[in-house]
Amino acid sequence: MTSPATPQDRRQAPETGLLSFYESPIPIRPATLGDAIASEWTKLRSVRATVWTLGVMVALMLTLGVGTALLLAANDTNLAGEPALALGLFGVLLGSLCVITLGVLTIGSEYSTGMIRTTLTACPSRARVLAAKAIVFFSLVFVITTVTATVVAVFQTVILSGTVTASGGAWALATVGVGLYIAGLGLLSLGVGAIVRHTAGAITIMIGVVLLPLVLAPFMFADALRGVQRFLVEYSIPNQLSALYGTTMTSTGPSAWEPLLVMLGLVAVALGGAVALLNRRDV
Amino acid sequence: MIELEGLTKRFGSKVAVDHLSFQVRPGIVTGFLGPNGAGKSTTMRMMLDLDNPTSGTVRIDGKHYRDLQEPLKYIGALLDAKAMHGGRSAYNNLLCLAQSNRIPSGRVDEVLDMVGLSAVAKKKSKGFSLGMGQRLGIASALLGDPEILMFDEPVNGLDPEGIHWIRNLMKALASEGRTIFVSSHLMSEMALTADHLIVIGQGKLLADTSMADFIQENSRSYTRLRSPQFERLRDVLHQEGFTAVETAGGVLEIDGATTEELGELAARHQVVLHELSSQRASLEEAFMQMTAGSVEYHAHSDRDPAAEPPAVGAGWGETWNKPGSNDTEGK
Repeated sequence: MTSPATPQDRRQAPETGLLSFYESPIPIRPATLGDAIASEWTKLRSVRATVWTLGVMVALMLTLGVGTALLLAANDTNLAGEPALALGLFGVLLGSLCVITLGVLTIGSEYSTGMIRTTLTACPSRARVLAAKAIVFFSLVFVITTVTATVVAVFQTVILSGTVTASGGAWALATVGVGLYIAGLGLLSLGVGAIVRHTAGAITIMIGVVLLPLVLAPFMFADALRGVQRFLVEYSIPNQLSALYGTTMTSTGPSAWEPLLVMLGLVAVALGGAVALLNRRDV
Repeated sequence: MIELEGLTKRFGSKVAVDHLSFQVRPGIVTGFLGPNGAGKSTTMRMMLDLDNPTSGTVRIDGKHYRDLQEPLKYIGALLDAKAMHGGRSAYNNLLCLAQSNRIPSGRVDEVLDMVGLSAVAKKKSKGFSLGMGQRLGIASALLGDPEILMFDEPVNGLDPEGIHWIRNLMKALASEGRTIFVSSHLMSEMALTADHLIVIGQGKLLADTSMADFIQENSRSYTRLRSPQFERLRDVLHQEGFTAVETAGGVLEIDGATTEELGELAARHQVVLHELSSQRASLEEAFMQMTAGSVEYHAHSDRDPAAEPPAVGAGWGETWNKPGSNDTEGK
C-alpha cells in the first residue's frame, strides 16, 4: 500500500459503519511455473485440434512405416547393407506437418480467439506463459512421436527379420532422436506462431521452411550456386531427419545427433525472439 | 484501489490516452464514461498491462500489474466476452485460468453457478449467445474472488433481464467492499449504477466527480411553452423579464420559472397555450454537451444531436431521480 491515507480511512470503516476492504476467503499462494504448466496442459488437452493433429500423425507413421515394410517383405527385396530403420522416415516426414500445425495452433489460436488477453491477464509474465506452453507441447509431442516411432521400428524389424539388423545407436536415433527432432520442429513452429501471431501465416512459413530448400535446390544449375545448393540440400529439414535414420542425400552434412543441435539452435532463436517481442509488444 | 498517474498512450502520431490521472476507490462503483473511441478500452488494457503505456504508470494496490503474483486474486476483468477459446467448454476455459493462479478447481463450479451457467458448463463456449458469453466473461472475472473488478461495457448487447442482473451484481459486489470500475458510453446506464464518475473524451480527463454532484450540476430544469400566438407570447415573456430560448418547432424554453407563474401570466395576457410543461434535461444530454467537442466518430447529419434534446421525458437518464432507482442517498 503506497498511499497510506485512504487505506487507513477504510480500515476504520467498520466502526463507523461505512466502507471496508473486501477480503477473499480464498487463500493467496504465489503461483509458479508449475501452475502455468497445469493450466497449459488443460488448454492443450481440452481442444479437438490436439487429438486430430496428433491422431493423424500417429496414423500416418503407423500405416506408412508398417505398410512399406510389408510391401518390401512381400516382394522379397534384398535389404542387406541398408540402414535398417529408415523405412520409418516417410511416415515421420508427413507427420511432421501435423506437428507444425499443432505447434502454431498452440499459440495462434490464442490470438485468433482473443484468449491471449485473458491468458496474459491471468499470468502477466510473458516468459512464463511461453515457457509453460513450450514445456507442455514439447513433452506431449516427444512422448507420442517416440512411442510411435519405436512401435514402427519394432514392427519393421519383426516383418523384415533376418534381412536387416540395427545397432543400439541406430535404434536410439530412430526413436528418441526422431522424437526430440519432431518435438523441436513443433517448438520452432510455436515460436514462429508467437512471432507472427497469425495461424495461417505461421503454418505457411513453416511448411515453406520444411519444403522450399528441396524445391529450390535442384534448379540451381549455375556453378557459382553449387555451394548454396549443397547447403540447402544438406540442411533441409527432410534431409536432417533422414540423417537421424542413417540415410542422407549427400555424403557430407549433419549426421548422427548433429541435426538435433541445429534444431536446438533454431528453437532457441525462435523462442528467444518470441519472448523478447511479447515483452515489448501490445497484446 | 487503482491509481493512474499521467498515463499516456500514442499510436503513431495519434494520442489515444492523454496524461490521465485518477484514482478508483474501493467500496463504490466507479463509472468510466466516454464516447466511442475516447480511449476507455485502451486505458483499461494499460491497467491490465496488456498494452504498454507510452508514459505514466498504473498501480494496483500500490504494485505494478506485472508484479502481482496471482493477479486474478487481486483484480478480475471482463474486457471482451469473446476472449475465450470457442472450442473449449465453459468449464475448461475457466479451469485453465484457475490453475494458472492456483485457484482450487471447486471455485470454477462456484462461479459458474453464480452466473447461472452450471447447466451448460460442459458445452463449447462458441455456441453461447451474447448474453451467455458475457456471463462466462463475468465468471472468469469473479474466479479469483478479487478485491477489484473491472468491466468494459458489460451491458453491451444484453437483454433487459441481463442488464438488470449485471446492475444488481455490480452493486452487490461494491457493497461487499470491492472496487468496481465499469466503462460505458451510456450516461443513462451509469446514472443507475455508478457512485462516482470519470469522464474522458479523446483520451483526456473531462470530469472526475461523484454521481450526485454530476446530477446536481448538470440537470437543468426548465418550462416548455408552445403557443399558436408565438410572437405575442415571446413579447409578453420579454416584458415580464423572463428569458425565453427558442427551439425548433416554435417551442419556447424558460429557465427559472414555475409552470404556475407562466400559466397565470399567459391567462392574464390572454395568450392561447398548446403546451405548458415542466421539463428536466436528461443526463444523457449533459454528457453529450460535455463531450461534444471530443467525439471521435461523428455521424454526418444536418441535425446536431448534441444541440437537440432527445425525446424529453423518455430518456433512460430521467429515471435517476425517481425514488429507489438510484443510490444517491447519503451523499
